[in-house]
Amino acid sequence: MLDNKDFSAWLSRLSDSHDIYGPKKTRKGMLEWARLEGGQLPDPEPGVPKSSIKTFYFPQPETLFEFSARPKKEDAFRLHEPSRHQNPRLLIGVRPCDARSVVLNSMPYQEDPYFQENRRNTFLLGYACSQGCSTCFCTWTGGSPVGQDGLDILAFLLEDGLVLEPVTERGEELLEKAGSARDLTRAQEQKVDEIRQKAPASLPEEMEPAPRLREKELMALYDAPFWQELSDSCINCGTCTFLCPTCYCFDIQDETLRGRGRRIRYWDSCMFPLFTLHASGHNPRGEKIKRVRNRFMHKLKYFPDRFGPLSCVGCGRCVRDCPVNIDIRQVMKELLAI
Amino acid sequence: MPTKNESITQELRQKARHLLESGQVAAFLGYTSGSVPMVMKPFVARKPEDAERLEWNSFCVLNLANYLPPLLRSFEPPRRPNDPPPEGPLPKVGVAATGCWSRNMVVQVQENQMERERVVIIGISSRGMVDRKKVLNAVNHAEITSVKEEDNSLLVKGPGLEEEINRWDVIRDNCQTCVHPDPVIFDEMIGQLQGDRDIQDRFRQVEEIENLSAQDRWQWFTSEIDSCIRCYACRNACPLCYCPTCFVDDSRPQWVGKSREPVDTAIFHILRAYHCAGRCTDCGSCESACPMGIRMRILTKKLQKDVLDLYGTEAGMSIQQPLPLSTYKMDDPQDFVLTESFKGEKK
Amino acid sequence: MNPYLPYPARIDDIVVETEDGSLKTFRLVLEKDRDREAWTHVPGQFAMLSIAGKGEIPIGIASSPTEKGHLLFTVNRAGVVTTALHKMDVGDPIGVRGPLGNGFPIDSELKGKNIVIIAGGFAFTTLRATLIYMLENRADYGNITVVYGARTPGMLLYKEELDAWQRRDDLDVHITVDREAPGWTGLVGFVPTIAGQVKPSPENAAALICGPPIMIKFTMPPLEEVGWTDDQVYLSLENRMKCGLGVCGHCNVGPVYVCKDGPVFTRAQVQKLPIEF
Repeated sequence: MLDNKDFSAWLSRLSDSHDIYGPKKTRKGMLEWARLEGGQLPDPEPGVPKSSIKTFYFPQPETLFEFSARPKKEDAFRLHEPSRHQNPRLLIGVRPCDARSVVLNSMPYQEDPYFQENRRNTFLLGYACSQGCSTCFCTWTGGSPVGQDGLDILAFLLEDGLVLEPVTERGEELLEKAGSARDLTRAQEQKVDEIRQKAPASLPEEMEPAPRLREKELMALYDAPFWQELSDSCINCGTCTFLCPTCYCFDIQDETLRGRGRRIRYWDSCMFPLFTLHASGHNPRGEKIKRVRNRFMHKLKYFPDRFGPLSCVGCGRCVRDCPVNIDIRQVMKELLAI
Repeated sequence: MPTKNESITQELRQKARHLLESGQVAAFLGYTSGSVPMVMKPFVARKPEDAERLEWNSFCVLNLANYLPPLLRSFEPPRRPNDPPPEGPLPKVGVAATGCWSRNMVVQVQENQMERERVVIIGISSRGMVDRKKVLNAVNHAEITSVKEEDNSLLVKGPGLEEEINRWDVIRDNCQTCVHPDPVIFDEMIGQLQGDRDIQDRFRQVEEIENLSAQDRWQWFTSEIDSCIRCYACRNACPLCYCPTCFVDDSRPQWVGKSREPVDTAIFHILRAYHCAGRCTDCGSCESACPMGIRMRILTKKLQKDVLDLYGTEAGMSIQQPLPLSTYKMDDPQDFVLTESFKGEKK
Repeated sequence: MNPYLPYPARIDDIVVETEDGSLKTFRLVLEKDRDREAWTHVPGQFAMLSIAGKGEIPIGIASSPTEKGHLLFTVNRAGVVTTALHKMDVGDPIGVRGPLGNGFPIDSELKGKNIVIIAGGFAFTTLRATLIYMLENRADYGNITVVYGARTPGMLLYKEELDAWQRRDDLDVHITVDREAPGWTGLVGFVPTIAGQVKPSPENAAALICGPPIMIKFTMPPLEEVGWTDDQVYLSLENRMKCGLGVCGHCNVGPVYVCKDGPVFTRAQVQKLPIEF
């Protein structure tokens, strides 16, 4: 147990060796990731920040390597891996859904050196959710508002401070430097237990779509009639994919300036028609309905068939910000009904 | 006593059902309610019974004109780009339209994106649509789980929250400064036309920025767009953005970088706005669709103001009226073509 | 090991394959001895060719692993990168990332089988690699039949090799063009028609088919008529690809990634997928 003053002092000491980030309210009133300096604390607003945690693992853009871009010169295409001297990062106030997304994304990114390096370099101090929001549904996707997946330290916020529980060894090492921790009082212990029990109950009733969807026949889901209505409203923007913590598709491109070049990867969205366009002009997912369907099928069927869990952590960002109210919870129910 | 929007909903359902039942239209484009308060779902009714799902309220913020050309095409027999248009009358689509939406339909007809004969427009004079971000600000971003709409107020509820908000206070900026709330083309009306509104300071938002120094203007612009995630919701919600390949997506040549570099984001927003010059009706779809709360509408509003100042016209007021930037007249203002030194003006 | 870093290579030779110049074969040599020695691939695999400042493009490897010391890529000029590549000269630097994908099961399912190779247009490239490999390991395979066609004689790839193959007695080669052409004395007719006339026996056999979707579609009925089943037919799919590692999401067809799980699939596998390729 640390009171807020000691917590802030600890962060202040850590900020000498770590870059610290956490959710803060912006001038427009929305919660967003911000650099925290000098022992600043994140804003303890309920719910997830506007952008997902993937920005830290899958930056927009990521330089894969640099090169000389004078094709005929002797030094052409001598590759340099980008220098990546950076302090370890500590993210504070991470919600359990976001932390879990890192674990899920690690599955396809198992062999990806950039993602894995960012993972090694980033420490997560999570805040357990004491109350779900109306758009939250982590309990449908295998997560929990007090879940530990992906976190190094899990914190329970009490009125007079935080109860910090190490999850990983490196989380424990960090906590050792916290110093002045106090033992929990009986009342504080009770409060933590209460959050643990009540938080999941504040969310929609648990269901387990992943195993049930894995059992379903692929083409039966693919041919379901409801995709048409979904596609009728969709404007094919990238809001859902770019805000989603588990949408991880990217494009690769070369950028050059005066003979120096870099190959970058940046977020791409399967909602965009050019995502699948062949050089010949043929487009296998040229119609909107195919793109809308692909995004959900990937999250709810293709990914689970390959890796087990859904590629969704129930953070509700897509539900909250889709301009035409396409709701993945509804899509899950439709698919389960087939 | 039903509210005005409840009455409109009833009449809209009746008219849509009749159009679908009588076979006059193959589909009716409107709105239905969704799973989240204050976000409506554009909805295509294809069967008479679907008409019962149509809803009308102050959260119908996306311009339905945006959906029309592709929806009409979906009822045409498939053809390749250079094939001649199919012969004979093609199926029609019904649609609800407010002032600005109908003006965008006019622009689409002028720009050969659709034929007037193929749409049956049910006109609704707009009382202004609500900006959900303003509502969120009004309750300090507390969680909202339900909103009940009266004619002049919103009753907003959430965990530990119950607040009545004056409707006009949270009306979108574009609607608050709207001069032409009435549909300019329609086949049937629901309710009465209200006539043009007399707005004294319709360009106030633009003038505030015009009055800043160049440096401060740039500062305003860059900080306004710095949260842009390049999701293109603004572009995709816009009925003017129908190019088969947008300049931001084009790779031959590549005009603009695709990630979140500030210079690329700035180019995207500046060019998107300029492509709307003389065509934009200030419908506000772009701003309503933006997940990050960027007020990119101010850019297009500035161009709307310039076009009005220079050419005396506003987009989409009638099908016959020529588009200002694709028409040339001898007396068009052209000072902007010449640099200061060409004009020989000494400061 | 960073799978996004290409091996540095040089263009060692360029052959203009077709009369319209749209197809060129590039012979590439990896610059570092270490890379050259470590390189190994299976016919049917592909690699990403990298041009600094232009980007990467997936191209099927046209050389057989038995052709040591260099790699062959036959490239159709279509997009940004292939257009830049077509403008390059011998000696120019290039990057190669790979090999990627699965390739044909030359050492498992295909071993000991009678092999039927059916190709149309410039899709012949990885089948050339396969054929060269099989000829180098001739005893491992039964009868080998090749049906290959192009629009015109001038659009056929690897013309010298085609002549040499036609003269071999351990190979049954049928080269065809779509229409009569001056000086052409060979077969005339679309690939599906010729395949129907050749009537390859499905007995202990496998067919490897590469070509435009329309060719594949019309080649199947004559094969099915003589008893071929979908699990005997191997196809190589194409889709837009970026990473080549099954991560970036561009090339998925339903649950499979063409770049990682493919590009080679049996027709039986393809039939279970949505038509998104």
